[in-house]
Amino acid sequence: MSHPVAPATGGGRIRTPLPFPTAAKPAVADPQLRANLHRATRTIRAKRARVVDEVPDWEALRDAGSAIKADVQRRLPELLEQFEASATAAGATVHWARDAAEACRIVVALTRAAGADEVVKVKSMATQEIELNEALEAAGIAAYETDLAELIVQLGEDAPSHILVPAIHYNRAQIREIFQRRMPDAPADLSDEPAALAEAARVHLRRRFLSARVAVSGANFAVADTGTLVVVESEGNGRMCLTLPETLISVVGVEKLLPTFTDLEVFLQLLPRSSTGERMNPYTSMWTGVTPGDGPQTVHIVLVDNGRSAVLADPVGRPALSCIRCSACLNVCPVYERAGGHAYGSVYPGPIGAILSPQLTGVADNASLPYASTLCGACYDVCPVKINIPEILVHLRQQAPHPPAERATMRLLSWVMRSPRRWAAALRLARAGAGPLGAYRQRRTGVRTLRRLPWPASAWTRSRDLPLPAPQTFREWWGKQ
Amino acid sequence: MRIALFITCVNDLAFPATGIAVTRILRRLGHTVDFPADQTCCGQMHANTGYRAEALPMVRNYVDVFDSYDAIVAPSGSCTAMIRDQYPRLHPPATSVAARTYELSELLVDVLGVTDVGAEFPETVTYHPTCHGLRMLRLGDRPLTLLRQVRGIKLVELGDAEECCGFGGTFAVKNPDVSTAMLTDKCARVRDTGARVLAAADNSCLAHIGGGLDRHRSGVRAVHYAEILAETGASS
Repeated sequence: MSHPVAPATGGGRIRTPLPFPTAAKPAVADPQLRANLHRATRTIRAKRARVVDEVPDWEALRDAGSAIKADVQRRLPELLEQFEASATAAGATVHWARDAAEACRIVVALTRAAGADEVVKVKSMATQEIELNEALEAAGIAAYETDLAELIVQLGEDAPSHILVPAIHYNRAQIREIFQRRMPDAPADLSDEPAALAEAARVHLRRRFLSARVAVSGANFAVADTGTLVVVESEGNGRMCLTLPETLISVVGVEKLLPTFTDLEVFLQLLPRSSTGERMNPYTSMWTGVTPGDGPQTVHIVLVDNGRSAVLADPVGRPALSCIRCSACLNVCPVYERAGGHAYGSVYPGPIGAILSPQLTGVADNASLPYASTLCGACYDVCPVKINIPEILVHLRQQAPHPPAERATMRLLSWVMRSPRRWAAALRLARAGAGPLGAYRQRRTGVRTLRRLPWPASAWTRSRDLPLPAPQTFREWWGKQ
Repeated sequence: MRIALFITCVNDLAFPATGIAVTRILRRLGHTVDFPADQTCCGQMHANTGYRAEALPMVRNYVDVFDSYDAIVAPSGSCTAMIRDQYPRLHPPATSVAARTYELSELLVDVLGVTDVGAEFPETVTYHPTCHGLRMLRLGDRPLTLLRQVRGIKLVELGDAEECCGFGGTFAVKNPDVSTAMLTDKCARVRDTGARVLAAADNSCLAHIGGGLDRHRSGVRAVHYAEILAETGASS
């Protein structure tokens, strides 16, 4: 099948309003936030390492996960049609949404058709991506997040900062403060003990579960051969939403497909160990269309593209669609730990966000994100589906618009360094130019480094001394041998 | 075996002592080292910053200069990783020479089968495994294996050793705030060890960490581990 036009890019909350270096400043300067992130990411990181190390065939599982996802990407159109046929045969209604706006229109229309003015929500990245809560609110429909961390973020009128732990940037004292300020039924003497906070949320949410007629979810997996959707969670609030209301609407990115039900064997091992660091997650809910007399009797599935076909069209960047949203890459990323999730300006933060968001929007719209990494490779090591994030970052840097001064400098350096003669001359020049300065400094201070330089070199010298060229280059030493 | 030294551009200009050290170690072990003068730069900065086309002439030059050698040794994990990992994709004719390019500890331990290079260095040293050596070349404990054989050395473990120092090439100047935050934590872990010397396999990372240590007058000296392996206690 050939596309007459290039696949469309995506909309929703996947664009950085500010360049990453600017957006990272508040987090870097906030010691409380840095401490929260440091503690939380290291705790999950250690748990993950423990439960991954005990699996003897972990590397084989990663290879299998990676291969299954690559197969899905090769056969996506065919598998999507198979999924639609299976789900429809089981009593679900499948809708197709080209982008965020179309997906939101479909969910709003379905909610209205069900006669509801409120929905309960299962934690879902896809609905955060398409900004569904905002669209529902604009249509006069209240959307209630029921995942504890999403609830905290929603009550705080904030945005999620982590894929798995959306409120990772808060500590429990801050959460207590949000509950007391924004949750009308919170007890007056609420403590910041985790059990007390969870109990307050439980009481608050229980009423919502019992009254809601429509639930909105995402899905971790969509199985093509059976038409089954799967939600993996820890709290059980998701299962409340998936079983109690009459109508269930699930918003699913097209990349979530798996060819067969047995493929779940691989992913239900990879996901919990990589995300929460558990051997098995407490609740895995699966549903296949409608089961008469049991659970929601009206089941809708909205399949969303929102830029994914554009990602699929790039063979180097494509593996970003293999992501199962486990967050292992966020939890090991030293840049994420200092910058926090909001700096990425997208619902997908961290290393995976740095390769996914720019591909969904087109790199020009998220040009700073591919550079938001030292290419240290810690993310690639922990990825359960072996996405080579550093390789894709470098690939996207090729496409990013380059600042003119940087481009000119890079071209000049390349011109010098491609020629042995020019490079040798440049070395002599640099040594001769800096030599007396270095020698003078060394006499005065004992070190051959510079402490303060004007812009743009100040980006280096603001926090580190700069070594000066040596009094004799290596090739000069060699030549005198 | 014909061994060539790829000094790397940064070492040639700013850290010649590292190249001198590699030369001394290999000569002490009875090997002849060549330094082909037409070498320039591996092209990593260009390739990793998004200037692949501008990196390619350097890649081609590397092939021209080094293709005739049995082994090429570079005192840099990151430049070696650029050559071994990226060259075959960037320029397929470079595949063979890329496979014959080794980081110093790989050449010593794997190719030459040496772990004791006859060094003496009576100092307290902590070792930072730089990212590309650690995760792209999988150097493992090869550099530490070599350092453990050094007479008089006291090696102390670095906390959070495998965490990136925040250098990342152009990352350090494109994202100075985050880079500095990472550097601050790395410097704190280095100072926690009480070591007087910080060793690593990359002078670029060491210029970053060492630049941070100097800025805070920590008294810790950052040196390439080759310079430790070259020391014999005798005045040179």
